[in-house]
Amino acid sequence: MSAEPEIDPGDPGQVSHPPVFLERQGYRRRRLMDAARLLPLIGAGLFAVPLLWSGTSETEAPYSLSSAIIYIFGVWAGLIVLAALFGYGARRLGRSSDVPGPEPD
Amino acid sequence: MASLNVLVLVCLGYVALLFLVAFAADRLAATGRSTWLRSPLIYTLSLSIYCTAWTFYGAVGYAARSGLEFVTIYVGPTLVMIGWWWGLRKLVRVGRSQRVTSIADLISSRYGKSNTLAICVTILAVISVTPYIALQLQSITLSFSIFAEADPNNSYNEIASVFWVAAGLAVFAILFGTRNLDANERHHGVVTAVAIEAVVKLIALLAVGIFVVWGVAGGVTDTMARIDASEIGQWNIDRGRWATITFLAAAAFVCLPRMFQVMVVENDDERHLRTAAWAFPLYLLLMSLFVIPIAVVGLDLMPEGANPDLFVLTVPLSQGQQGLAMLSFLGGFSSATSMVIVAAMALSTMVSNHIVMPIWLSSRGSGASVSGDVRSVVLLARRVSIAVIMALGYFYYRLSGGGAALAAIGLIAFAGIAQILPALVGGLFWRGATRTGALAGLTVGFVLWLYTLLLPGIGGEVMPAVVMENGLFGLSWLKPQALFGIDGLDPMVHSVMWSLSLNAAAFCVVSLFGFPSPIERLQAAQFVNVFEHSAGPRGWVGSVAQSEDLMIMSQRILGAREAQVFFHAEAQRQGGRGHLPEPTPMFLQRLERELAGSVGAATAHAMIGQIVGGSSVSVEDLLAVADESAQLLEYSSQLEAKSDELSRTAHQLREANEKLTQISLQKDNFLSQVSHELRTPMTSIRAFSEILRDTEGLQPDEQTRYATIIHDEALRLTRLLDDLLDLSVLENGQVNLNMGEGMLAEVLDRAVSTAMTGASREMRILRNETNERIPVHSDLDRLTQVFINLIANARKYCDATAPELSIRVHEVGGKVVVDMIDNGSGIPRDSRKLVFEKFARVSAERAGGAGLGLAICREIMQRLGGDIIYLNGHQGAAFRVSFPSGYQLAAQ
Repeated sequence: MSAEPEIDPGDPGQVSHPPVFLERQGYRRRRLMDAARLLPLIGAGLFAVPLLWSGTSETEAPYSLSSAIIYIFGVWAGLIVLAALFGYGARRLGRSSDVPGPEPD
Repeated sequence: MASLNVLVLVCLGYVALLFLVAFAADRLAATGRSTWLRSPLIYTLSLSIYCTAWTFYGAVGYAARSGLEFVTIYVGPTLVMIGWWWGLRKLVRVGRSQRVTSIADLISSRYGKSNTLAICVTILAVISVTPYIALQLQSITLSFSIFAEADPNNSYNEIASVFWVAAGLAVFAILFGTRNLDANERHHGVVTAVAIEAVVKLIALLAVGIFVVWGVAGGVTDTMARIDASEIGQWNIDRGRWATITFLAAAAFVCLPRMFQVMVVENDDERHLRTAAWAFPLYLLLMSLFVIPIAVVGLDLMPEGANPDLFVLTVPLSQGQQGLAMLSFLGGFSSATSMVIVAAMALSTMVSNHIVMPIWLSSRGSGASVSGDVRSVVLLARRVSIAVIMALGYFYYRLSGGGAALAAIGLIAFAGIAQILPALVGGLFWRGATRTGALAGLTVGFVLWLYTLLLPGIGGEVMPAVVMENGLFGLSWLKPQALFGIDGLDPMVHSVMWSLSLNAAAFCVVSLFGFPSPIERLQAAQFVNVFEHSAGPRGWVGSVAQSEDLMIMSQRILGAREAQVFFHAEAQRQGGRGHLPEPTPMFLQRLERELAGSVGAATAHAMIGQIVGGSSVSVEDLLAVADESAQLLEYSSQLEAKSDELSRTAHQLREANEKLTQISLQKDNFLSQVSHELRTPMTSIRAFSEILRDTEGLQPDEQTRYATIIHDEALRLTRLLDDLLDLSVLENGQVNLNMGEGMLAEVLDRAVSTAMTGASREMRILRNETNERIPVHSDLDRLTQVFINLIANARKYCDATAPELSIRVHEVGGKVVVDMIDNGSGIPRDSRKLVFEKFARVSAERAGGAGLGLAICREIMQRLGGDIIYLNGHQGAAFRVSFPSGYQLAAQ
């Protein structure tokens, strides 16, 4: 998407056109955003895994609740850490370029 | 043992503390020294009103009944927060750019500011949230009762305490929530109080959890062993419920009015979402971390039949931990109060804005033009709404009996409020979503939810058993918990599946076939493409950075130089040294006016609003822009028409001027020629009369000769003056035609004989007498004059050795044509155009007349309705005289 307004090349008040290819930092930031978007999908998938567990076959022993707790809370904590890392990374990359540029929508 | 009185005192003290905090925060925000109030931490903590007393107490009960399933209530919101980049970011941006006040306002604003939709959403929200509020009342009452049971001098009255709790909460909500007049302003006080309550409830639950794990169970490993050994120790979940409730919690997290209030309306800066994206899930994780241990230990310790919903309180009490129990009580109390306050605030905003105010305004008749007392009316409406909502909650509690049936109501409320989801998500991401579609979807979802979940779920005999067993009207496919014959599903899963899927289907289908109104389409574009229309993420605090943006924009509109001069002048007016002025209201007003001169008032307003207010262009702005450009267009087309008219007039004026110049030139020529013609004879008259007067002894014959010359010249003068007079009379149209009848031959005879009288040279006249026998009805004397003139000219100017003049007469179509052709060398081609002009003479040397003859001829012929032209293509001079014979004319 283009959050930036159209820039008149003859206008002295403007600097330049937005580049077709981003510099390395901008590119990194966008890929970070992609990863951040992927995160809830991964989370939903991981949280759905317990649906596959419960012993449909009678022979298998059902999982114990403690292991389920460890799995669920482990996934949960992992998601939180990743989200925090993405937030931190986005802020660091965003701050160095100062202006929040066009997001890759 | 803590007495009930102490408990009440603690509650009152706690509330007083909260009130002080809220008051201080409001004061701080008013003075603008409140940066920490706008911090992401406060925002994250305020989101915790998601965790109500139902989750604080109820989660443990839930876990004691169905194991790990309770976690879905938290997993849904976690996924939503982690996925903020997908949806919440857009929701918050839209909410801020459109200055949305509630979820009903958002939905109504998206679908063309439809108040019908707003009323629907408001009613849905009130119906869903009222039981939820009743639930809070119940939890507070239950926790009171726990302490009351332990109190030896027990004078506890449950009904009375519910009433006082409800009344207290109402007063609390009114005092907090309706302090600010402006609904758009953020309630810093409430948000801060809610944040503190969030900390209190987290600490309380963590404290109880830590006590249970390390104080009772003896460490993590032992706790895990206890969990596995307990009756819920097997992994055994209903898969449908797991997925459904996760989804439902996620949907409710976005759609609940109180969540919308803190997440969107109270949001200061959308960058806070970035922090909340991980911090809020962390909060939820901590809130649910000790739920299972508390449940398991509670099941172990407490006697059979104890209410697991109150383990958080009863377990510490049973271990003699009064202080911890008190803290736990405060945690539950915090959860309930914060939820009730924010929910009542959000609902009262919706009710007053979308139901009370429209009714009040229409009852006033004069519409929104009354301004003075509207604000106080809004405030009053909100306060009354809060009271009414609390009263509804209270009566709901009384009616439902406050039993275990209430515990299920949390999820039922979730399912009800989730009916907004299709309209909300569709509105944010699909431009084709229409108002009628949203209405249809909401209605279908609401009715199905009511029929399949709410009515069967609230207990009592609200839904007759006959209907439950056999379906509505005895139709088995209408059984509330087995629609269309699909049986065996969990009632919750069944209801959510049917209501939400049919809701979404109705929404999509009706939207596809409908056609939105213009304002709907404009709003759709504004919402769906919000990132293209609104400014980037920015705080509300004004800064010089805005001046830079304003500068860039102004340069584009005013031109770089002018803009710089204007900004510099403004900076100096403000007394600053820099080139950029502070964005004060005065400066903005002047700038707007300056810009309005270039782009129109509405556009300028919208542009400055976009940069300074952080709010996007509203539809009204756009409509105003459209109006303005339409006016401009009309104005410019009027201008164009006028300019065309002017240029036509100018063209006509130029032509008239040229004509006048020509006429003036002709007049000058005429005068100079006339004076020249007069001068020549006058000179000779004067000369010869001087000779006669001054010369002595003139011979008589000489005297006679000179006198003759004088006489001749005088005659010539007379003739000239006669001619001029004649011409003038003819030209002015004052001539009286003396119409008569005669034969053309006679006219020609007379002309020839007159013209040839006294001729020095012989000239043969060739005539065809038979052709000339044409009767004419005309001014015969004038006609004769024309012919005499022509024949005399031929006699004078024909340069042939044996001059001949042939006169040919035809009659063509009622016109008599007389050609007079001599055998001379004719008139030179260049002069042919001029022969009919006054004083035009072909050659100077043979100047016989004044050059008025042919001019007079042409005037006469035009008076007679005919013409005289020079005939090209003959060797000699050839003139054609044509005129109507008059008889055919008379016959017609």
